[in-house]
Amino acid sequence: MANTVINEINNSVVPESKNGRRHIVIDPITRLEGHGKIDIILNQQGNVDRAFFQVPELRGFEKFAEGRRAEDMPQITSRICGVCPTAHHMCATKALDDLYKVDPPPAAKKIREMVYCAFFIEDHALHFYYLGGPDFVVGPTAPKSERNILGVLGKVGLDIGKEVIGLRKQIRDLIALAGGKVIHPVFGLPGGVSKPLTKEDQEQFIAGAKHAVEFGEFSLKIFNDVVLKNKEYLDWIVSDTYTHQTYYMGLVDSQNRVNFYDGMLRVVKPDGKEFVKFKVQDYAKHIGEHVEPWSYIKFCFLKDVGWDGFSEGVDSGIFSVAPLARLNAAEGMATPKAQKAYEEFYKTLDGRPVHHTLANHWARLIELLYAAERMLELANDPDIVSPDIRNIPKETPKQGFGVVEAPRGTLFHHYQTDEKGLISMANLIVATQNNAARIAMSVDKAARGVIKNGKIDDGILNMVEMAFRAYDPCHGCATHSLPGQMPLIVRVLSPHGGLMQEIRRD
Amino acid sequence: MPKPKVAFYWCASCGGCEEAVVDLADAILGVVDAVDIVFWPVAMDFKREDVEALKDGELAAAFVNGAIRTTEQEEMAHLLRRKSQALIAFGSCSHTGGIPGLANLYTREDILKRVYIENPSIVNPNHILPQEKSVETEGTLRLPAFKDDVRTLSQTVDVDYYLPGCPPPVNLIVNAVTALVEGKLPPKGSVLAPDVALCSECPRNATKPEKLTLKDVKRPHEVIIDGERCLLAQGVICLGPATRSGCGAACLNANMPCTGCMGSTSGSKDYGAKALSAMASLLDSNDAEEIKEMVGKIVDPAGTFYRYSLPASFLHRRVGHPG
Repeated sequence: MANTVINEINNSVVPESKNGRRHIVIDPITRLEGHGKIDIILNQQGNVDRAFFQVPELRGFEKFAEGRRAEDMPQITSRICGVCPTAHHMCATKALDDLYKVDPPPAAKKIREMVYCAFFIEDHALHFYYLGGPDFVVGPTAPKSERNILGVLGKVGLDIGKEVIGLRKQIRDLIALAGGKVIHPVFGLPGGVSKPLTKEDQEQFIAGAKHAVEFGEFSLKIFNDVVLKNKEYLDWIVSDTYTHQTYYMGLVDSQNRVNFYDGMLRVVKPDGKEFVKFKVQDYAKHIGEHVEPWSYIKFCFLKDVGWDGFSEGVDSGIFSVAPLARLNAAEGMATPKAQKAYEEFYKTLDGRPVHHTLANHWARLIELLYAAERMLELANDPDIVSPDIRNIPKETPKQGFGVVEAPRGTLFHHYQTDEKGLISMANLIVATQNNAARIAMSVDKAARGVIKNGKIDDGILNMVEMAFRAYDPCHGCATHSLPGQMPLIVRVLSPHGGLMQEIRRD
Repeated sequence: MPKPKVAFYWCASCGGCEEAVVDLADAILGVVDAVDIVFWPVAMDFKREDVEALKDGELAAAFVNGAIRTTEQEEMAHLLRRKSQALIAFGSCSHTGGIPGLANLYTREDILKRVYIENPSIVNPNHILPQEKSVETEGTLRLPAFKDDVRTLSQTVDVDYYLPGCPPPVNLIVNAVTALVEGKLPPKGSVLAPDVALCSECPRNATKPEKLTLKDVKRPHEVIIDGERCLLAQGVICLGPATRSGCGAACLNANMPCTGCMGSTSGSKDYGAKALSAMASLLDSNDAEEIKEMVGKIVDPAGTFYRYSLPASFLHRRVGHPG
């Protein structure tokens, strides 16, 4: 794909550029679901005019959902992403509860949330150790050959690598135990879940959760030892190149603490004060989707503030979601160990909110610990083995709304149906879409910050990469980059389309 | 002897097939050791030129997942076909179109309109749509074209083998790679999965009545499903009788019906038609009105029977505008 795009530029785009501008393409960014690319346009001095972050893919789920049985939506929408299928499955299932106005029995809610916490654990672990972590554990300026999972293992020890793989397998097997399959689970139904848990299942969940709590504590210790004790890394985290003052959104419980499964949407202003708090049913009053002709992704913004282009600050409706945003939008964590880590986080980074994009990596580990503690609470709950896991819907369906926090941010599903429960309208706002505008700004800012006078090298590529990697843009591919780095090719082309410079990171 | 060269590639898919390959890391270590993976964009450097530089047929096998929706995907399918001795359609989307293949129920224009103009949270007064070419102040940007329909891999290029499932089960992937390494691949065109119906490996098979009949059709959310009994015996549409086995009845293990992701056993060219006729043959009535009522309860036949296979079916896509 990458080279197709580059060839097109060779053939046609560059000559169309005005005033001797040069066009740089970073492509592919394989950690996007499907495909992603970055187009950087330089002026004659070799400085950045603008960097565009593009998502060149569309499959059209919102349209072909029409006519489908509402109860099939948890399994249809999971196919949006094979890395976070559990997020779509859960969000759709909750939208069905609302569609049929049926409240699941306590055991069903607890099973759902427990499985959901398990999903957060394996997904966050994947990002920290395989994808985002290498920049910090090994270092942003380390040789490129070491900025990967192997480099991480070199720094922290091979045993830890086995531990990461072992924990992920244990937790993913538990998701399959309750959900049927870990890639595309099937257990969600309006009013409950399809299968109760046995005592033996419960024992396995307790063992997995205990393991995950230890793993979460230990991961934070690694972050503390390797990142926080290194002044250079801390300087990167707080540097202006990776900082944006935006609004933040996340789900919170009745005490404004982070919750992944349920609650109210809370938005805070760039100064950290509450801007609005709303129910998912009101999402369209608050969230707008802006369309640009140069990307298939839609860019979300706060309607109450308005779309003001790709700009930050209190007058721009751009907001952020995902780990850092969730911590910023809340006032604490609901479990003791995670709360302690939350306090430490804001103490170190000078109070709430934190605007540094790279702090997402730390926030992600705090969430991992919370997910593990919460999973253990639920696994120990005697209700969890109750056979009472379904309430049969009685109401005539019409409209339903669902929301969860996916690992990569807030996820909304909104359905309308006919009286038979066939979908007539489906609106899906996925996590990365909520973050898309800020990601686009981050890529542009990083490119402007690091590309000077036409000078480009591998280190510069990694800096541009780091700008979006911190968000963990969702994507099938996130997991697939086993070596923990993505291949990049940057070509600098002359105004006539000739290749002037090529940098590859193999 | 040099190791056989293997490529992995993905088209219009969700990433679940790639995740399935990652998940089997332990199981496949020995096998991976025996092959040389020369192309895997998500895990390794993306070098289309390197594939182009290979001699024709130099790849022992290419595993391609995802359906075909863009010209880029089409080109890559042709390139990998040319360079591979064996081209393997990996997973439901590549095999039969998959869930994204349901987009063939609508036109390209319907989809763009719904996604970028009509949905309730859209703020797009000027009805801007993503463009293949857009001229911004700073320069011209390009996007790949969104084609008119979704096609399977074998509707695009000649395919040697099929690995079914959404995603393909781990043991079938291991078996396929092992057969490849050992040079024991079956005849061309084979589906690399057991050629018997799912019921044969379903733990509930013993509870399936000798003469299975449907007196009423229930949707999964309308009934409490017994965790031990055959779902069809409970009136819930389960596509096990029409679907190929090999998944270990994973959905049944979660007390939910089979939805047919493994596709058909051999002998049927149209999975949906086969599934539909299998269900129709179970309807237990001779009364036209009663039959009409039962059939009326199958509210979304396209999404129920062709959920993973619309592009591969004789229907392929809806003709004309649904409105």
